[in-house]
Amino acid sequence: MKKIMITTASLLMAATAAQAGEQIQIVGSSTVYPFSSYVAEELGATTKIKTPVVESTGSGGGMKLFCAGAGLDTPDFTNASRRMKDNEFKTCQENGVKEITEIVVGYDGIAIAQSKEAAPMNLTRKEIMLAVAAEVPNKAGDGLIANPYHFWNEINSELPHRKITLYGPPTSSGTRDAFEDMILKGITKHMSVYTNLYKADEKKNKKYKKFHEIRQDGVYVPSGENDNLIVQKLAKDVDALGIFGYSYLEQNIDSIAAATVEGVAPAPETVQNGSYKLSRSLYFYIKKSHIGQVSGMKEYAKLFTSEQMIGDEGACAGIGLIPLPKEMRDHYRKQLADMTNLTAEDLTRK
Amino acid sequence: MAELMLKSALQSDARKRRRNRADRRFKWYGFTALVLAMAFLVFFFIDIIGKGLPAFQQAEMLVQVSYSEAVKDNYNLALDKISRKLVSRSWLRTIPMMLEDHPELVGTTSEEWVVTDYHIDQFLKGHEGHGLIEKDQKLVEKLCEEGKIKLAFNSGFFTHGDSKMPENAGILASAIGSVLVLLLTMLVAVPIGVMTAIYLEEFAPDNRFTQLIEVNINNLAAIPSILYGLLGLAIFINFMGVPRSSALAGGLTLALMTLPIIIIATRAALRAVPETIREAAYGLGASNLQTVWDHVLPLAKPGILTGAIIGLAQAMGETAPLLIVGMMAYIPEAPHSILEATTVLPAQVYTWSGESIRAFEERTAAGIMVLLAVLLSMNALAVRLRNRSETNW
Repeated sequence: MKKIMITTASLLMAATAAQAGEQIQIVGSSTVYPFSSYVAEELGATTKIKTPVVESTGSGGGMKLFCAGAGLDTPDFTNASRRMKDNEFKTCQENGVKEITEIVVGYDGIAIAQSKEAAPMNLTRKEIMLAVAAEVPNKAGDGLIANPYHFWNEINSELPHRKITLYGPPTSSGTRDAFEDMILKGITKHMSVYTNLYKADEKKNKKYKKFHEIRQDGVYVPSGENDNLIVQKLAKDVDALGIFGYSYLEQNIDSIAAATVEGVAPAPETVQNGSYKLSRSLYFYIKKSHIGQVSGMKEYAKLFTSEQMIGDEGACAGIGLIPLPKEMRDHYRKQLADMTNLTAEDLTRK
Repeated sequence: MAELMLKSALQSDARKRRRNRADRRFKWYGFTALVLAMAFLVFFFIDIIGKGLPAFQQAEMLVQVSYSEAVKDNYNLALDKISRKLVSRSWLRTIPMMLEDHPELVGTTSEEWVVTDYHIDQFLKGHEGHGLIEKDQKLVEKLCEEGKIKLAFNSGFFTHGDSKMPENAGILASAIGSVLVLLLTMLVAVPIGVMTAIYLEEFAPDNRFTQLIEVNINNLAAIPSILYGLLGLAIFINFMGVPRSSALAGGLTLALMTLPIIIIATRAALRAVPETIREAAYGLGASNLQTVWDHVLPLAKPGILTGAIIGLAQAMGETAPLLIVGMMAYIPEAPHSILEATTVLPAQVYTWSGESIRAFEERTAAGIMVLLAVLLSMNALAVRLRNRSETNW
């Protein structure tokens, strides 16, 4: 017993005495995670550099850890499925993370998918918004009511008489953020029914500026971070639609099919040329102060931006990343070589 | 009179029958519950084993490898065009590094069995959604007939760490991580837990304060494990500066979680040692320490061990607190020290279950099988220890 206690004590002391390891630490979005960890593995397998640790914390969680400080125990990279927010940049600056380089690696499409057995479906962003928003305009269009729709043909008589059920990501997910941004906020901020309410009382009706509340009467079913689960549910529930990342659609193409949005199906080409509206850019951010202190950071970033990974025929494209157009890839490679600093102005410019 | 007696006899007869019926019904309720529970268990096992067994086999292919000088810059040149797209890139990409370490191989050729791409593996196992194109399907079937592609034991599953390529993914790194974490948990939780229990049971006065502690320990054994994760994050990582994702952080956090279980088990074991033993020791003039150390503790040892093993088995299967301290991550390399990033078996299973590539499904199930096997043997050990040294006072 005495021996055990002595060992424990010495172990604990060793722990506090030793420094944090020199392994690259990457945190952030669960959407970028598959690509990021793929690159990490490649780096570890083909060079002498230790394989970076990639943790999937969600975009917001990643930013929080990344901006917590400049110490070596903080992450060296953070992945994000959206751009860094102004206030996150400010937190970073305040905590001593002054120099950050931003890189875009590709696109991710959000797919609205259904069972392969269901009849093809074409929806507009507005129709999807009307199906999921907590409050929608009334018949006259001059006020808001709790969402009364339970069948698609109630929204648009040309749509089939099919029950509305949507399996989608929960609030913690980056896909949910993107879905709210693109479907709800993107539409409601242009609809006077919502914005008039905001203008009438800016304090009390703040939420109507960009209304993005999702209904909670069981029509929209939050289904956990695990997108595989949504795929399984869709295969069983033929009426339902599911919302998830494009890579899952690609892997499960034998059991589910995508609904078209405004007549366009999700595919690499339609995302690149912007005709498929439900897509977003994927980012990673580099903590410049760690370069030189943690070995392999430059090599990792270089490998991630290489044609071999994110090119049209690259390995990441094989697992669901939608590549950037060629000139954009070159642009970000140059940005990486120059280690361009991210500035607050960059983030406010759209 | 006789009539009245008959009536009351009949009445009591009817009552008895009713009671017997209730008795039988009750027995049946219990039996149905048992059958239901068994059915769930059997269903679970059949599902997991059915899904997981194929993962212990892996498609391999016989290829001609030529280690020419040019291979160092472009590993694709090591193989001919056809086999290049059939084998796993996880093997192909390691060739340049291998040649650097073994320069004497440059210029030689050899015939080797190598792991194929997961599409072929899934196709051979007849899994839906294998994603192999028609043309390649024919090619693979032909090569199979020639004996150049076969399913062999998947040793890589036990000798590799995690990978994004299903054919290359294994449990080695997470298994080593589990051992390290469990070792730390044991080293911290067992001595502290046992000492606490000995103090509370043998030395502490029975007052309000110790009663309060006792109630709290019993409560702590029942709180959701994720709270221990938050506690671990706050104390060990943020306050003490233990590296995130390290075995040390995980081990200490799980030790917190296991402590109450060990304390409760140890106290029960100590209490089971009859008072006469202590009185006999005191009677011979032994001190408190001598009594506990030389007489009570040895007799309580089997009970303490059982409790400790069950507590550790629970820690072994735990994921929620480890999620918070950052061990649910992509960590393919086995750690060399307790300060390096580590993952554990249940975390590995969880990570695989979320992968978009379908071939990971069987790996997930296989991982669960390994985990279950370890847990079952730990529990069996606990039962054995208990049986072997069961004493009747």
